[in-house]
Amino acid sequence: MKRQVIAAAAALALPFAAGAGPDDDTLVVNDEIEMVTKAAAPEHLSDVMDEIMSGWHFRSDETQALQMDDFENPAMVFVDQALETWETVEGSKGKSCAACHGDVEESMAGVRAVYPKWNETAGEVRTLNMQINDCRETQMGAEPWKYTGGKMAAMEALISVQSRGLPVNVAIDGPAQSVWEKGREMYYTRTGQLELSCANCHEDNYGNMIRADHLSQGQINGFPVYRLKNTKLNTAHARFKGCVRDTRAETYAPGSEEFVALELYVASRGNGLSVEAPSVRN
Amino acid sequence: MKHLTVTLAQAAGLAATMGAGLALAGTAALAEEVAPNAVQYGEYGEVETSLTGVPGDAEAGAVIAGSKSKGNCVACHQVSALADVPFHGEIGPSLDGAGDRWTAAELRGLVANAKKTFEGTMMPAFYKVEGFIRPGDAYTGKAGTEPLPPILTAQEIEDVVAFLETLKEE
Ligand code: HEC
Ligand code: HEC
Repeated sequence: MKRQVIAAAAALALPFAAGAGPDDDTLVVNDEIEMVTKAAAPEHLSDVMDEIMSGWHFRSDETQALQMDDFENPAMVFVDQALETWETVEGSKGKSCAACHGDVEESMAGVRAVYPKWNETAGEVRTLNMQINDCRETQMGAEPWKYTGGKMAAMEALISVQSRGLPVNVAIDGPAQSVWEKGREMYYTRTGQLELSCANCHEDNYGNMIRADHLSQGQINGFPVYRLKNTKLNTAHARFKGCVRDTRAETYAPGSEEFVALELYVASRGNGLSVEAPSVRN
Repeated sequence: MKHLTVTLAQAAGLAATMGAGLALAGTAALAEEVAPNAVQYGEYGEVETSLTGVPGDAEAGAVIAGSKSKGNCVACHQVSALADVPFHGEIGPSLDGAGDRWTAAELRGLVANAKKTFEGTMMPAFYKVEGFIRPGDAYTGKAGTEPLPPILTAQEIEDVVAFLETLKEE
């Protein structure tokens, strides 16, 4: 019923609206990697939506094209930089990432697709960024990187590239369940003076324009993303921070327990979509 | 409270017949704003009493409705009268004809706090100052201290209401 009302409103607004829902294009990267950009909603979402969709479907043809070829994708520069970092010895223990993990293409294949995930030894849910910093501190004796910084985002992109095309498959049961539930609660909580939740924009209104922005489902299978707007790689937590701030709320810190929970939950809403990182957005 | 229900026409009439001195006194009384927490919402979310007693300025209201830093109503609503403002959203219904569909009191209630009319609506309350979850300091992402300043002032709300009243179906 609600959607019908919105659809009617959308029809009325047509002369002004640039977007009209997600498109039906197909994403194949480098003429080789076929991405699943639309999939049946995972079971935990089946009472609220039928289909999940990559943010790629909500971008203009020009922006979409940048993600279809690694030579066009501005994010790949950062992936190359991270490959150098991968081999570089740093910290008091005289090690590089490669010293422990060898070839990134082999050792990191499939990793992105299951993060965030429960770490038994640490007794916590870890994001990929947390794991990267744990390696730096514990294994290398190096300084942790800023959670949303350039070095971190680039390394996250390098690791994610090794899972491109694989379905996102984060575990939400077992020891991760309580964290996941906390993330879900955050997703539906209406914060700030505008009293808006993630769901208001990304579940109830994806496909609709909010001023000049075409609302997507707010999926993170493409993160980190290169944004044409700020010409750098952006982490999921930086995006979360911006979205919470835009509700005129006190936001959370990147890397905070809250955002880790939110990331696990948001990632799980994309279970079944391909890992697309690094993707390109406006 | 009573003096606030004096309509503007009455006030103007009073002022005209009773002379300049009294008119000034009248203005002072009318300028007493209804604070955000004192707004009386009716059963359907309508607000009968002007928040300021000063008539709204429809032209100023149009600017407020179209500007990002003020009402930003076009973020969510299409409004033909604001066709020169780029990018209208499609979250809420078109506001064309709103002045036919709603009375001034209803429009005032909708802008001040639409949740009193439409339970659970996505539309933000523009004249509400506390009772938020993680209230922020405008768009800084930093914590704000309640009561927050309302998003629109009492007079800005009256201006927007005056603008909405001009939106008639041709
Ligand atoms: C007021 C509306 C609004 C709210 C509330 C909101 N967002 Fe967003 N969000 C946007 C807009 C606009 C964009 C940019 C267009 C798009 O991708 O949807 C965006 C983009 C995103 C993206 C990037 C998607 C991509 O493919 O690049 C993610 C992830 C995201 N939001 C997550 C969230 C989460 C999590 C919350 C709640 C904490 C949230 N958003 C709350 C408006 C909102
Ligand atoms: C974040 C989105 C959003 C913003 C911003 C917003 N509105 Fe709304 N508005 C809505 C929605 C959604 C509805 C439909 C009510 C419902 O069913 O939830 C609505 C309904 C209305 C209605 C009733 C429309 C009708 O004729 O049925 C009016 C009038 C209105 N809004 C005026 C305004 C004005 C004026 C502003 C700015 C000062 C504004 N809105 C800002 C989302 C918004």
